[in-house]
Amino acid sequence: MRHFIFAILMWMPVAVFAFEIESEALFEAENETARLRIISSTDEAVFAPIIAQFQSLNPSISVYYVVASSAEISKAISQENEAFDIAISSAMDLQTKLANDGFALQHISAATALVPAWGNWRNSVFTFSQEPATFVLSNAAFEGLEMPRTRQDLISLLRAQPDRFDGKIGTYDVRTSGLGYLFATQDSRTSETFWRLTELMGSLGAKLYCCSSQMIEDVSTGKIAIAYNVLGSYAAARTDLADAVTIVAPQDYTAMMLRTAVILKTATAPDVAGLFVDHLLRGAWGAPPAKEVAEYTRPIPLGPGLLVFLDRLKRRQFLAEWTNAIEQ
Amino acid sequence: MNKRGSILRRLMLQLVGAAAVLAAILFVLFQSFARQLAIEAQDNTLFASASAILESVSVQQGEVNVDIPYAALSMLGNVSDDRVFYRIGMGAVPLTGYDDLPGKPGADAVSWTDQYRGDDLRMVQVSRALSVAGTLRDVTVVVGQTQGGLAQKLAQISRMAIFIGAIYFVVASLFAYWTARSTVRPLNAVAEAVARRGPLDLRPVTKPVPSEMAPLMVALNAFISRLDRSLTRSEDFIVEAAHRVRTPLATVRAQAEVTLRRVDRQENRNALKQMIRAVDESSRAAGQLLDHAMVAFRTDHLDQQALDLGAIAAEVVERQTPVAALKDITFDVDITAGGGFNGDAILIQNAVTNLIDNAVKYSPQETTITVSVKGNSLKICDQGPGFPAADIDTLTDRFARGTNVGNTVGSGLGLTIAHEVALAHNGALTLSQNPKGTGACVTLSLPS
Repeated sequence: MRHFIFAILMWMPVAVFAFEIESEALFEAENETARLRIISSTDEAVFAPIIAQFQSLNPSISVYYVVASSAEISKAISQENEAFDIAISSAMDLQTKLANDGFALQHISAATALVPAWGNWRNSVFTFSQEPATFVLSNAAFEGLEMPRTRQDLISLLRAQPDRFDGKIGTYDVRTSGLGYLFATQDSRTSETFWRLTELMGSLGAKLYCCSSQMIEDVSTGKIAIAYNVLGSYAAARTDLADAVTIVAPQDYTAMMLRTAVILKTATAPDVAGLFVDHLLRGAWGAPPAKEVAEYTRPIPLGPGLLVFLDRLKRRQFLAEWTNAIEQ
Repeated sequence: MNKRGSILRRLMLQLVGAAAVLAAILFVLFQSFARQLAIEAQDNTLFASASAILESVSVQQGEVNVDIPYAALSMLGNVSDDRVFYRIGMGAVPLTGYDDLPGKPGADAVSWTDQYRGDDLRMVQVSRALSVAGTLRDVTVVVGQTQGGLAQKLAQISRMAIFIGAIYFVVASLFAYWTARSTVRPLNAVAEAVARRGPLDLRPVTKPVPSEMAPLMVALNAFISRLDRSLTRSEDFIVEAAHRVRTPLATVRAQAEVTLRRVDRQENRNALKQMIRAVDESSRAAGQLLDHAMVAFRTDHLDQQALDLGAIAAEVVERQTPVAALKDITFDVDITAGGGFNGDAILIQNAVTNLIDNAVKYSPQETTITVSVKGNSLKICDQGPGFPAADIDTLTDRFARGTNVGNTVGSGLGLTIAHEVALAHNGALTLSQNPKGTGACVTLSLPS
C-alpha cells in the first residue's frame, strides 16, 4: 500500500500548480448550433484569420479559443480532465504523448489524406505547419564579419573571437521552455556538435530565455548578438525588426518542429472538431508548398520515440547534463 | 436404360469436396501459422526494445539511473503506428514510465497479451539483477504495444490466405476433373468399341482395360460367346432343315414333272403346274436360307484374297445368260478394267449372283439389264417395276419383299444376303430407281 501511494506521488509531478491560461476569446456565431472549444499554444491573433475563414464556411459554429503554454495544455488535458475539443500545440512531443496515452480521437477524412505520412501519427496527431529552429543574428554585431551558416561555423567563430561574443549569446532555458527542450534533445541525438556548442556557450556566459519573443527583441537591440535555436517563424513574424536581425537556417541540418492538432476524446462534437481540423489541413496541405524545402531540413519524426525525452528519469539526466554544460 | 448416378459426377463431387475441405484446412493452418509469426515478430521487436532499455539501467553513486535509448521506443514506431507503454521498476518500486502498467512479478523474458487503458496490449517483460548499495535488486522492464499494426497485418494475411486457398481449390478442382475424366475414359472406350461393331461381329472384346474393369470384360466376353454359340446353333439348324427339305422337294418336283407329262385333263395339268411352282418357291427359299447361313458363317471368318469385281460380274452374267434368254432378256455389260480389292470370293460371287438373279426375275420379257463395273463398284439396273419408294430402306431386311412383287417367286433373302456381304467387306449396298425410266438399280460398292 505504501508503495502504491508512493507511485501516485511520483507520477503526478507537483500537482499543486493549477492549469493556467494566458488568454481566452469567444468567436461567436449568430445562430449558434455548435460550440468548438480549442486549447492552443498559438496566440489568438495568429489564429483569428483562420477561425474567421472557418466561420465564413460554417457560419453557425462558435469557437471558444483558449491560449495556454504547451506544458499547461498537456496538464489540463491529461490531469485536470478539462473538456476541450481540439488541442493545438507546438510541443509535438506532448501532443504525441496525449495520443499515445489515449486522450485523442482518430479522424480520417479527405483532408487527412493530404497530410504526408511523416506528418500524421495514428490518424490522431496532424501536422499543419513545420517551422525551423534557426540562428537569429544581430546585423549590427556581425558588421564586417561573415555570418555563420552551420553549427561548425558558429563553433569556430566563438572559439576564434571569445571576447567579442562573451555574454552575447542567448538560447532557451530548456528547464522551463518546452520548445527549447524539444530542440535541445533532438539536437543531442542528431549531432555531437550540440554538446560542444552548449559547453562553448556556457563558457561564454550564455543568457537563458524562457521565450522566443524576448530573445528576438534582445538580438534586435544588440543586447545579444546570437540567439541559438529560435523558432524561425517567430523571428520572421517580427517584420518590424527585419532590418536589425538576420535569420539563418543552419545548413548542416535544420530541425523542423511540427505544429500539430489533436482531436480530444473529451470532444462533445467530434464531427465539428473534424471539420475544423480538416479546414486547418486543407489550408496547410491543399496547395503544393510555395517554395521548395531546403534539403538540409529535417522534420522531427512523430512517433513513440518522442516519449523518450519525456521520461522523468531521462529528463532529469538530460537537464543535469545540460545544466552542467551551460552553467560554468 | 435404368441410369443410377454417374461415376464422373460422383468422382468429381468427392474430389472437389475433398479439395474444398483441404483448401479450408490450408486456409486455417496458413492463417494461424502466419498469425503466430506476426505475433512473434512483434514480440521480437518488443524484446529488443525492452532489452535496450534494461541495458541502459545503471547505478551511479548508489542511485539507480535509467537512460532510455531513443531507438528503444522509436524502433517500435518504425514498425507500426501503435501506442507504446513501458514501465521500469526495481522490485515492487516503480522507477519511471507508466506505473500502473501490468506486469508479471518475478518473470524474465516473458510475453503475453493484457488489457491497459481500454486496449489490448502485447507485452513483454525482461529483468536483471543489479547491485544497489551492496544488495542485489531485480530491475524489471515492461514494454507494451497496442496491436493495430498486427490486426492490419493479419487482415492482409487473411486476404492472402483466402487467395491461396482459392487458387489451391481451383487447381485441385481442375486436377479432379482431369482425374475423373481419365478414370471414366477406358469405360467409354470399351463402350465405343462395342457400339462400333457390326451386327454380326461376335468376337470377344480384346481392348486392353484397367484391372478393375477386367471382371466386367470377362463377363461381357462370356456373354458374347454364349450369344455366338446360340446363333451358330440356329444357323446350323437352318442349314440342316433346308437340306432336309430340299432333297424331298426335288423328288416331289421330279415326280410332278413326270406326272404332268402323263396327264391330259386341263384342270389336272393346272393343279400340277401350281404344285411345281410351289415346290420351286420352297426349294428356292431353302436354297437361299442355306446361302444366307453360309454368308453369316463366312462373314465371321472372312477369307481374304485379291479379287476383281469385273471378272466376277462377267462370269455371273455368262452363267445367267441362258436363264435370261428364256424371257428374251439381254444383258448390256460395261466393264471398265482397274480396281481390285481383298475379299471372300465365294461371298462376293454369291452376292452378285443374287443381285443379277433378282434383276432377271423381276424384269419383264424382252428387256435389257445393264451391268456396269467401275473400279470396285458394280451397278445393276433393270426395267422391271422398280422399288416401291416406301420400302426402299427396309428391303434389305430378312424376308422383306416389295409390295409390288406380284406373283414373282422370291424368299426376301436375296438383297439381305448382298447387303450382309457388302457390310462384311466394309462396303455398301445402295438401292435406287432406274434414272432411265422404270426399273430398279442396285449398286454394290466395295472399298479398295
